[in-house]
Amino acid sequence: MHDSNQLRCDIRQFVIDELLMGDAASMLPDGASLTEAGIVNSTGVLEVLMFLEQKFALSVADRELVPENFDSIDNLVAFVQRKTRAA
Amino acid sequence: MRLDRYLADSADRAPDKVALVCGAERLSYRTLESRANALAHAFRALGLKRQQRVALYADNGPEVVVGIFAALKAAGVFVPVNPLVRARKLAFIVEDCEVRLLVTSMRGLREAAEALAACGSLEHVILGDWDGSGEPAGAQALRAAGKCVHALAPLLAAHPAIAPPNPTIELDLAALIYTSGSTGVPKGVMLSHANMHAAASSITEYLRSAPDDVILSPLPLSFDYGLYQVLMAFRLGARLVLEKQFLYPYRYLELLAAERATGLPLVPTISTLLLGVSDLAEHDLSSVRYLTNTAQAFPEAHIRRWRELLPNARIYSMYGLTECKRVAYLPPELIDAKPSSVGIAIPGTEVWIEDEAGAVVEGAGGPGELIVRGPHVMLGYWNRPEETARCLRPGRYPYERELRTGDLFRQDADGHLYFVARRDELIKTAGERVAPREVENALYELPAVKAAAVLAVPDELLGNAIKAVVAVREGMRLTEQELIAHCLKRLERFMVPKHVAFVAELPVTPSGKIAKRELA
Repeated sequence: MHDSNQLRCDIRQFVIDELLMGDAASMLPDGASLTEAGIVNSTGVLEVLMFLEQKFALSVADRELVPENFDSIDNLVAFVQRKTRAA
Repeated sequence: MRLDRYLADSADRAPDKVALVCGAERLSYRTLESRANALAHAFRALGLKRQQRVALYADNGPEVVVGIFAALKAAGVFVPVNPLVRARKLAFIVEDCEVRLLVTSMRGLREAAEALAACGSLEHVILGDWDGSGEPAGAQALRAAGKCVHALAPLLAAHPAIAPPNPTIELDLAALIYTSGSTGVPKGVMLSHANMHAAASSITEYLRSAPDDVILSPLPLSFDYGLYQVLMAFRLGARLVLEKQFLYPYRYLELLAAERATGLPLVPTISTLLLGVSDLAEHDLSSVRYLTNTAQAFPEAHIRRWRELLPNARIYSMYGLTECKRVAYLPPELIDAKPSSVGIAIPGTEVWIEDEAGAVVEGAGGPGELIVRGPHVMLGYWNRPEETARCLRPGRYPYERELRTGDLFRQDADGHLYFVARRDELIKTAGERVAPREVENALYELPAVKAAAVLAVPDELLGNAIKAVVAVREGMRLTEQELIAHCLKRLERFMVPKHVAFVAELPVTPSGKIAKRELA
C-alpha cells in the first residue's frame, strides 16, 4: 500500500508533467474531471493507464478503465489505493 | 430539400420517439424540435439575418445539435468548430466568415474570451451550460468589448416553440466546415442545403439505414463524419446515441449493449482501441447491423477481426473529403475479396481517374488524380477564390463544377478504387488532417527556432504520428518540454508533435527548401 499523500503528489506531478506539459498553472482541483477540462483525450487515457501500470506495478483490467476510476485526481488516488490494498 | 426539414418532419411523424441520447439525457423529437424553434426565434431577435453565420464551439451535446438546427431554422448558416481548437484559431474562423452569434460553453468562453473580444463581427455569445447565476469567467472581457453574453435556458424559455417562417431555399448555404489547407490556414468549405441533402441521401441509401437504427457516435460534430450521423439519423427518424468523445472502450461497449446500437461509425484509432479489449468477444454485439470506417484506411487486419466478431454485420470501408463529404464506398459483400479497396462512387455521383496529361484512365490502371462529379460537390471555399479555382474546375454543363480531390488512386479491372497517396503533404493522424505548415508556423513563433520541419512517422495507434525536427539558433536554448508547451497553447492537441528531434542544421534542397525526404 502507498502513502496516500505521496500517492496524490505522484499522480498530480504526472498530470502536470505529461498531460499539461509542465504548465502547473493550469492544474485543476483534485475533484475536477480531467475530460471536461479537455486535459485528457483517448490517447491521454492510455498514457495515464501506462503510468499507473509502471509506477505502481498495477495490472489494470479493461473493465476498470472507466471514468469512475480515471477521470479525476481523487478517482485515480482512490483507484490505486483499492488496487494496492487488494494486492 | 432543406436540412431543417429533417428534424421538423421526424417530429411530425414520431414526436415522442427518443431522438438523441447524450449522457443521462434522452430527448424526444418533439423536445428537440421545440428547443430548436425557440432558439431560432431567439437568434432572429438577437439580429441574425438570412445566411449570416452562427458558430458552435462546444463538446458534443444537445446544445450543439439544437444550435445547428436553430441556425438553419433562422435562415442562417452554421459553422461547427472543433472544441479542441485554441483561442487564436477560433477567433480566426469567427473573423474569416464574420460570425454574428457564437454558441459555446463556460469552458469555451474561459479559453477564448480575450481573443473573441477583438472579433468585430461577433455580437452575441450564448452559453449552453450557464444557469444565468454569477458571472462566468471571460464574460466581463466580452461585455467590455460591447458584446452580449447570454445563458441558453432563459433564451429558450422566452421564445415560442413553433417554427419561425424560413425563406431559405436549398440553393442557400447550410454550413461552413473549416478544414486544414496545405498552406496551414484553415478554409471554410461552403455547403448548400442541396449539397448536404444529396450526400445524406446517398449515404443512407448504401448503408440501407432504417428508422429503427440506433447509431452510436463518439465522433465530434465539428467533423463532417460526426455531423452527418445527426443529419442521417434525423432524416430517417432514427436514434443517435452521442458520446462526447471516445475515451473508455469498456464504457462504449456497455453503452452499445444497453442501447442496442445498430450502426457503429468508426475511425481506425477507435477500431484499434476496441479491438484491444481482451474480452471483446464476450460483449453483447448482437444488435450491430453495420460498421463504417473512413478518415484513414481501414487496416486489413481490423477488417478480418471485425468480420469474425460480427459475421452478420455489413462492414463498409469508405473514402471521402470535406469538400464533397463522401466520395466512395466498398459494397460490403466485397469486403473479403477486396479488403484494401474503397470501392465505387457513392449513389448518384460519379468518379474517374485522370493521368498526368488529364486523360481518363480506362480499365485497370493508374495511379492518377481522382475527380468527383455530383450534387454533393461543395460550392467552394469561403472568400478563397484562388484556392477554390485550384480545387473546382468547370464541369460538363455551365452550372456545374467538378472536384479535384488531390488524391492519387488506381483502379482494378472491375473499376474498384484503391487509394495510393495524397498529392500534397497533408498528414493524416488519428483521422484528422494536419497541415505540416500550420505546425511549423507555430514552431517558428518560438524565438529560439532557427528552422523547423514537420513530418509524419508511422504509428500503430494513430496511423501516422507527427514529428518535428528543429534546429535551434546559436546561443539560445529550447527544451522539448518548452516546445511542446508552446504547441499545446497554439494548436489542437492532435497537431502537437508526438516526437521531437533537435538537429544542428536541417538539410536543404538545391532551391533552398528544407529537404523533408532526407529527414523521413
